Amino acid sequence: MKLKVAIIGTGNIGTDLLIKISRSPYLQCTLFSGRNLNSKGMLKAMSFGVPLSDKGIEAIVEKPECCDLVFDATSASSHKVHAPILKQLNKIVIDLTPAKLGLFTIPSVNLEEALKYDNLNMITCGGQASIPIAYAVSKIVKNIEYIELVSTIASKSAGPGTRANIDEYIETTEKALSHFSGCQNVKVIINLNPAQPSIDMNTTIYLKINKPDMDLITSEVKKMVATIQSYVPGYSLSLDPVYDNGLVILSIKVQGLGDYLPKYAGNLDIINSAAIALAEEFAKNREVSHDK
Amino acid sequence: MTNKINLYDVTLRDGSHAISHQLTISQIEHYTKAIDQTGIYAVEVGHGNGLGASSVLVGKSQLSDEVLLKTAKSNLEHTKLGIHVIPGFATIKKDIEKALSWGVDIVRVASHCTEADITERHLGYVREKGKEAYGLLMMSHMASPETLLDEAIKMQTYGAEAIIILDSAGSYLPDDVKERITLLSQNLNVPVGFHAHNNLGLGISNSLVAIEAGAQIIDGATKGFGAGAGNAQLEVLAAVLQKMNYKTNIDLYKLLDTADIVEKDFIKEPITISSLSIVSAIAGVFSGFAKHVKRVAKEFNVDPRDIFMELGRQKVVAGQEDTIIDIALKLQKRI
Repeated sequence: MKLKVAIIGTGNIGTDLLIKISRSPYLQCTLFSGRNLNSKGMLKAMSFGVPLSDKGIEAIVEKPECCDLVFDATSASSHKVHAPILKQLNKIVIDLTPAKLGLFTIPSVNLEEALKYDNLNMITCGGQASIPIAYAVSKIVKNIEYIELVSTIASKSAGPGTRANIDEYIETTEKALSHFSGCQNVKVIINLNPAQPSIDMNTTIYLKINKPDMDLITSEVKKMVATIQSYVPGYSLSLDPVYDNGLVILSIKVQGLGDYLPKYAGNLDIINSAAIALAEEFAKNREVSHDK
Repeated sequence: MTNKINLYDVTLRDGSHAISHQLTISQIEHYTKAIDQTGIYAVEVGHGNGLGASSVLVGKSQLSDEVLLKTAKSNLEHTKLGIHVIPGFATIKKDIEKALSWGVDIVRVASHCTEADITERHLGYVREKGKEAYGLLMMSHMASPETLLDEAIKMQTYGAEAIIILDSAGSYLPDDVKERITLLSQNLNVPVGFHAHNNLGLGISNSLVAIEAGAQIIDGATKGFGAGAGNAQLEVLAAVLQKMNYKTNIDLYKLLDTADIVEKDFIKEPITISSLSIVSAIAGVFSGFAKHVKRVAKEFNVDPRDIFMELGRQKVVAGQEDTIIDIALKLQKRI
């Protein structure tokens, strides 16, 4: 039996999640809840025959048996209100906002640990794209002096929420980068590029490393890229690691699947793909425990 | 229309680009002491890309923002202290809050010309703290005049007390300036300003066109000390405006003395319109890329002009300096 999941927040992220869930052999969306039954996302969800509600989290409070796991695709401030309610209802929560309440989770890095928690924070899109790479390098290089992430995303892929929360994006990504890499000296930068046709998401990672073993770094990075590709097919290394001016530099390109969001919105696609990979792991894990 | 013009000095901010953000304490001390006597409305200090921008992407500052701003503030009595802030580089908590505590009077919140909505909270915060907040549209040649006006109106709604458009690539012709400044100054309720770069030798004349079209705030740098081919040369502008009977409140002799400090203490290589600055303007790429392009081109043995033209084709914005190496490698493979 599939794991019953609910989505609160019916904007771009929530609607794209719904489409991805519809393909999953492990997940079934049993509630799509927002504030406005006439929104674009709601209308799309109607065509999937999913139960809808305009009562937000209240829909889960009223009928807690509707789901086992909740994706929160609202906003950081809303999630702060939702988290204690969902905890009391005993739901596993995957939080796609930069609320920073739950465990920072990156499927390619700490999936097993995540299964022990009931609130998982997906950090940010730039974080999902770049932190696993910094983590992979930090496993083989102990003395990374400094790490910097620079992401450029298409203007059209940055909705009003992203734009209003640009400071939170930076703060959350920097905090998670330090957490996973062990490097305290970090900086995160983000640009919006309005070029038409829209550009794919690009993230460059700079690592200050003394006398790096470039072959070893390249091989570790490529291994991590392959792992991420298993749940984000449009993820690729656009610049192989180079050593320039005392820095190891590499770039990542992320193309989306083009589900609800256009392909250029790789930044949003990667966080959703990561959230689905995580939810599927919960589903598989539950099957195993049921089998016992 | 008033004929009072506020001159805004960006020498210690845009000029940081020209020396890879390596300003020293004594340079700031000498300069701010001198500029404070000139009648210049405000002096902007900091990393070339503004507050919190010290990074390997655009260059690490020699001095922290704290040292840069506190040093400047301690020497300023008459001239206001300004700072450039780009959301995406700097945040309110990490950067703006502290800068205000160090005595910054004017915060100019900048975004790429079509992305004004990322400045809403930062502009609001500065206003809430009772400081002057300006909205800046960078790389403004990349948007149509109508789009620029829409974005400027957004900034005005967020609380900006002036809107400045930046010719970051130095690529405007006089008519481009005239059309945009006229449209903005006729439709906004706040003063409009213009920030020139001299890549095509039009820094002074474009500034004059802007003034004639209604701009009341004009950016400049003494000796033209700024990114790329530099900004409008401030002491030249002051002299021209004096000759044209505009009110600037400038003591020209003192401003000339200040410019001489720059010539003597700051400039390592003469500021001229280099071949590369011209290409940068033609390609429509931010002037601040020049030093990075030069270094990478040399290292990967490719023509820096080809890099600039490719950057222009990709429509990169300021902050995308990371693409330079990628492009250089691709050009290298093509050879």
